[in-house]
Amino acid sequence: MRKDLKWLTISTIGIFLVMFLASTGFADTSISEAMPGDHAWWYWPIVLFFVTFVMGIFAVLGGVGGGVLYVPIISGFFPFHLDFVRGAGLLVALSGALAAGPGLLKSNLASLRLAIPVALIASSCAIVGAMIGLALPTNIVQIALGATILGICALMLTAKKSEIPDVPKADNLSTALRIYGVYREDSTGETINWKIHRTPVGLFLFIGIGLMAGMFGLGAGWANVPVLNLVMGAPLKISVATSKFLLSITDTSAAWVYLNQGCVIPLMVIPSLVGIMLGSFIGVRVLKVAKPTFIRWMVIAILVLAGLKALSKGLGF
Amino acid sequence: MSENNNITLEATPEQVIYASLLGKGMLIGLAMLFATFAIYVFGIMDPYIPVEELSNYWGMGVQEYLQTTNIPAGWGWVNMLQYGDFLNFLGVAVLSGITILCYLAIIPTLLKNNDKVYALIAILEVIVLSLAASGILSVGGH
Repeated sequence: MRKDLKWLTISTIGIFLVMFLASTGFADTSISEAMPGDHAWWYWPIVLFFVTFVMGIFAVLGGVGGGVLYVPIISGFFPFHLDFVRGAGLLVALSGALAAGPGLLKSNLASLRLAIPVALIASSCAIVGAMIGLALPTNIVQIALGATILGICALMLTAKKSEIPDVPKADNLSTALRIYGVYREDSTGETINWKIHRTPVGLFLFIGIGLMAGMFGLGAGWANVPVLNLVMGAPLKISVATSKFLLSITDTSAAWVYLNQGCVIPLMVIPSLVGIMLGSFIGVRVLKVAKPTFIRWMVIAILVLAGLKALSKGLGF
Repeated sequence: MSENNNITLEATPEQVIYASLLGKGMLIGLAMLFATFAIYVFGIMDPYIPVEELSNYWGMGVQEYLQTTNIPAGWGWVNMLQYGDFLNFLGVAVLSGITILCYLAIIPTLLKNNDKVYALIAILEVIVLSLAASGILSVGGH
C-alpha cells in the first residue's frame, strides 16, 4: 500500500509536470515569458533542480539517459540559451556515465575491449559535432534537435531488443581485435559467452552517433544500445552497460569543446546535475516496485512535446 | 569458439585499472564540484558575474555572452579562479579530464600484454581527447 502511494505520488508529480510544460509550451509562451525576470537569483536554479529531479526519476523508469530528456525540455521551456543547455546537458550525461562506469567495468558487464575502438570513432566525431553545433545558427540547431528528438521517439516505439542475439560467427575484425567475453546471467545462473559480428557496419554507424551526441549535447545511449545490441549482436546487458560507459568517453570530448567555448554556467550545471542524480537514485528504487510501461509512454509523450517545441522554436512559430 | 577458451568472468587487468582510476577521479571531481558550488552560492568568494545579474546573460548565445561579459574563451578561466563562479570549472575540468588519465594508465598494461593494436588505439584516443581539451579546436560564432 505504501509502495502504491509512493508510486501514485510520483505519477502525480509527473503528470503535473507534463501539464505544466504543456500549458506553458503550447501557448507559445515559455516559462520565462510567463514569469518575467523579476525573481530572486535562486529562483531558476531551484526550479531547475526540481524539474531535473523529476526528470531523473522518469529517465530511469523510461529507460532513457538524462541528457536526452534534459536538452529538449530545458531548451524548450526554460529561459536559457541552447548553447548553455547543450553544455549542461553534456555534463549531466557525462556525470551519470562517470558515476556508473567504474561499477559496470569491475562487474565485467561493460566491455573495455568493445568500447575502446567504438569510443575512438564516436569521440572524434563528437568533437566535430560539437563544433558544427556551435557554428550553426541556433534556429537550425533547434530544428535539427526537434527532428532528432522525434526520431528518437520513433526509435523508442519501434526498436526491438534482443536479450542474447544470435551471432553464428564473429566477423574478421572483431576476431582480430579479440572482442568477445563472458558474463553470468543472474536470473538463470547461466554463464553466457558472447561475441559480435558486423563490426565495420557498427563502427560506421558510430560516426553518426558521435556527431549527434556532440551537436545536441544529448548523450547517446538511445542510439548506442540498438547499434551494439541489434547491429553488432552484443547481449542486451553488455550493450546497455558498455553504452553507459561509452558515454563517459564520447561526452568527454564534446564537453571539452563546450567548456572551452564558454558554454558552462555553474548556476545551471550543478543544480541540474544534483537533481538528475538524486532523481535517478530514487528512480532506481521505484523501478524495483513499479511497472514502468506507463511511465515509458509518458516519457515518449514528453519527448514528442519537447521535440515539437524545439521544432516550433527553430521555425519561429 | 577456440579463441574464447581463455576468457573468464573476471574483468581484464587493464579494465580493473581503468575502473579504479575512473572511480577515484569521479569522486574527486564530484566532491570538488559540490564544494566549489557551495563556495560560490554562499558568497564565500565573490563571483565574476554577480548571481543577481546572471539572468541577464543566460538567454544570450555564447559568443554574445563572452563579448558582453569580457570572459575569455578556452583555458582563460584558469586565470579567473579567484572568482567563485570560475572556481566551479575546476571540478568540471577534473570530470572532463579523468578519462584521459584512465587511458594513459592502461597503455603500459596493454603494451606489456603485447596488445599493440589496443595500445595504439588508446594512444590515439589520448591524442583526440587532449586535442579537444587543448582548446585548439576553435569554433566560429553564429
